[in-house]
Amino acid sequence: MANGVMTQTQHIPYLAQKGLKSWILTTDHKRIGILYLVTISFFFMIAGLTALGMRYELMTPELDFFRTATEYNVAFTLHGSLMVFFFIVPGIAASFGNFLIPLMIGARDVAFPRINLLSFWIYLVGTAILLSALAQPADTGWTFYTPYSIQTGTKVIMITLGVFVLGFSSILTGMNFIVTIHKLRAPGMTWSRLPLFIWASYATAILQLLATPVVGITLLLLIAERAFDIGFFDPAKGGDPILFQNFFWFYSHPAVYIMVIPAFGIISEIIPVFARKPIFGYKAIAYSSFAIAIISFFVWLHHMFVSGISETAAAIFSFLTMLVAIPTAVKVFNWTATLYKGSIDFHSSMLYALSFIVLFTVGGLTGVYLGALAVDVHLHDTYFIVAHMHYVMIGGTVMGFFGALHFWYQKWFGKVFDELTAKIAWFLIFVGFNVTFFPQFFMGFQGMPRRYATYPEEYISYHALSTYGSWILGLGVLIMTVNLLIPLWKEGRPESSNPYGSLSLEWQVPSPPPHENFDEIPTVTDWTYAYGKK
Amino acid sequence: MSTWIPESASNLAASVDNITLFVTIVSVFFFVLISAVLVAFSIKYRRKSEDQETAYITHNPVIETIWTIIPTILLMVIFAWGWIAFKELRNPPAEAIEVNVVAKQWLWEFEYFTGKKSLNELFVQQNKPVRLIMRSDDVIHSFFVPQFRVKQDILPGSYQQLWFTPTKVGTFDLLCAEYCGSGHSKMLAKVNVLSPEAFARWEKGDELEDGPALAAISVSPVERGKDLYSQRGCLACHSVDGKEVIGPTFKNLYGKTEKLADGSSVLVDENYLRESIYEPQAKMVAGYAPTMPSFKGILSEDEVTALIEYIKTLK
Repeated sequence: MANGVMTQTQHIPYLAQKGLKSWILTTDHKRIGILYLVTISFFFMIAGLTALGMRYELMTPELDFFRTATEYNVAFTLHGSLMVFFFIVPGIAASFGNFLIPLMIGARDVAFPRINLLSFWIYLVGTAILLSALAQPADTGWTFYTPYSIQTGTKVIMITLGVFVLGFSSILTGMNFIVTIHKLRAPGMTWSRLPLFIWASYATAILQLLATPVVGITLLLLIAERAFDIGFFDPAKGGDPILFQNFFWFYSHPAVYIMVIPAFGIISEIIPVFARKPIFGYKAIAYSSFAIAIISFFVWLHHMFVSGISETAAAIFSFLTMLVAIPTAVKVFNWTATLYKGSIDFHSSMLYALSFIVLFTVGGLTGVYLGALAVDVHLHDTYFIVAHMHYVMIGGTVMGFFGALHFWYQKWFGKVFDELTAKIAWFLIFVGFNVTFFPQFFMGFQGMPRRYATYPEEYISYHALSTYGSWILGLGVLIMTVNLLIPLWKEGRPESSNPYGSLSLEWQVPSPPPHENFDEIPTVTDWTYAYGKK
Repeated sequence: MSTWIPESASNLAASVDNITLFVTIVSVFFFVLISAVLVAFSIKYRRKSEDQETAYITHNPVIETIWTIIPTILLMVIFAWGWIAFKELRNPPAEAIEVNVVAKQWLWEFEYFTGKKSLNELFVQQNKPVRLIMRSDDVIHSFFVPQFRVKQDILPGSYQQLWFTPTKVGTFDLLCAEYCGSGHSKMLAKVNVLSPEAFARWEKGDELEDGPALAAISVSPVERGKDLYSQRGCLACHSVDGKEVIGPTFKNLYGKTEKLADGSSVLVDENYLRESIYEPQAKMVAGYAPTMPSFKGILSEDEVTALIEYIKTLK
């Protein structure tokens, strides 16, 4: 599809330069991608460990692992805020977005390489502020609901300040990607030929740009209320606690799509390559990402159906929530249909992509329960929500993330991992995830509320099963991580720069790519998904 | 108890469960469909040789239209059904018996029309609708009884209501569903649904004891409200017999729609009365001068609740 592609031996790979300075002052999008990847993975591990601690605590109804309920509450606050703000929101968008966007559109780097580095530095400042708060962290939950977050004696300011600072990193990255996609596409790379990961990154970037400032302002108001006693949200000072929820979800609902739309893009890249088929319904997938992004700004009240909002508001937002389910369902059908009459290879990344379809379907369908007003009243704030959210976030985003790690591993690092071990790890992760979270749907139906350090006896068997599942899941992630880390210290390079026969531009350059990506900017003559075209 | 869904013990449970069942059927159908197709394709089209034939299919307008329209119809049905049942959940019948509920870190207080109070135990009568008027003393809590399929967040600074008709005699768990701090998972109470005879006995105080700390107060909220009305000077400006003094009369005030000075109108409910006591100038009724002082710091939340209960009796 592309001309002017260089040969493998001509140039020095981007990883050749060594030393700390070559990393902290790099403006190479591939290196900045790695910096993000390492940092988000670090937070994923920490937040994952707190989750294992919480699951261990919940083996039995009474407190036995943590010393106090507050310690448990701190654990779920850390788990939630680290996973959401430090791992999954920057997650795929910042790591794979950085690595892939210039390569996929045929550019040498992003539009503003120095601002790109600045984004990462701001992200680091945010994480440093957060880490400084870890000595005495907040116990508010990742949602920081007022007035509890104003009245609690734990340290709320530092953790929210960290999230506030992170927001700027998100905004700058989004801006950078939008300009890059508009301005730096190679000749012939028209909008209708763009890889779907680019469409997804573009939709995500718009959400980052428009929604993030709102959470920044909200958290600043919260800090002002705590530090200077200005009554925005606490009714005791004349404030309105529901106002906080409106502000918070106005960001945090679109943020759900900041987390998951990049994964949609990844799945749309992996499936066609391993099925050797064009993606089915390219336009439907591309436009539905935008439809979801736009509608997602108008559904935030569905987090507040029982908070005392008016009946009319509830009805409007329930209706809009149902609308967002339509483009989501269409995507699932499209991915599945892509397999039809294909030639399917079950590479580890393909296994993650296929399990994404199944698990994300569960996440999406259980969302319909919560969109239906009267049913939500019963299920709200129970483990049903916890299960639903994890099916979307792990079953969706994390499966996409793991799939991407296995798919682009050779390209990004120029190394090869052991495929059999990767498949074993995938199997453990898939089974462990379902054993952990599927029982939580039933627990939620039964009425088990979330964020309970202790719980009534009757839920013990569900909780115990869920905890066993978390061990399988943890083991799977451990094996996967070790399997992906070992090759980095070993000699050896991939035999081919395009082992899976992808038509996308990033696979037409050597593994790992040279610093400048392309010797000559390629000219694109066909779309990215012309698999099997005669 | 079934493994799927808890026992249904209120008039509202059946309609919620019907929608849940419908959504479950739809969900299981689509989940099985997608999984089965996925597995079938995975087996049938697995790569057997490197040069395996593949088809070049990019899209198909007919099938794409079909699989957009069918979910849309189903989702609209679910939306409408959920909304209809939600309206029922949100609108108590006029004859519902009122109970005042105060949630605080980390206990539940209930005050009944008769002046009886109970702590962490709510007493209701079988087949009699109950309307709870709830406020919080500190942070957000949430009233949740799984067997009744009802839940409502309770906020500080305003009243939230919730209603149900218990249909089965028994004791049910009341759980706090909104995270409220270190005692959150211990903020549990019981709902005792009594038969009419047992309820009558309980009302007379024959059988069951009130919490020791609360036993001393036995004046009904209406009585206390009436005392406050004269002691705190409300009577200087507000009549109870319909006469116009300085402010609007309390007679027939509750439930009425008032025209405001800015041209809008407001329904006089618990929240409006509470606001007008604490912040009289927030929503001024047309034709009155803004002279009333705020009673913030003068009347406690409990006293305001009692006053409102009194105003509601003035018909």
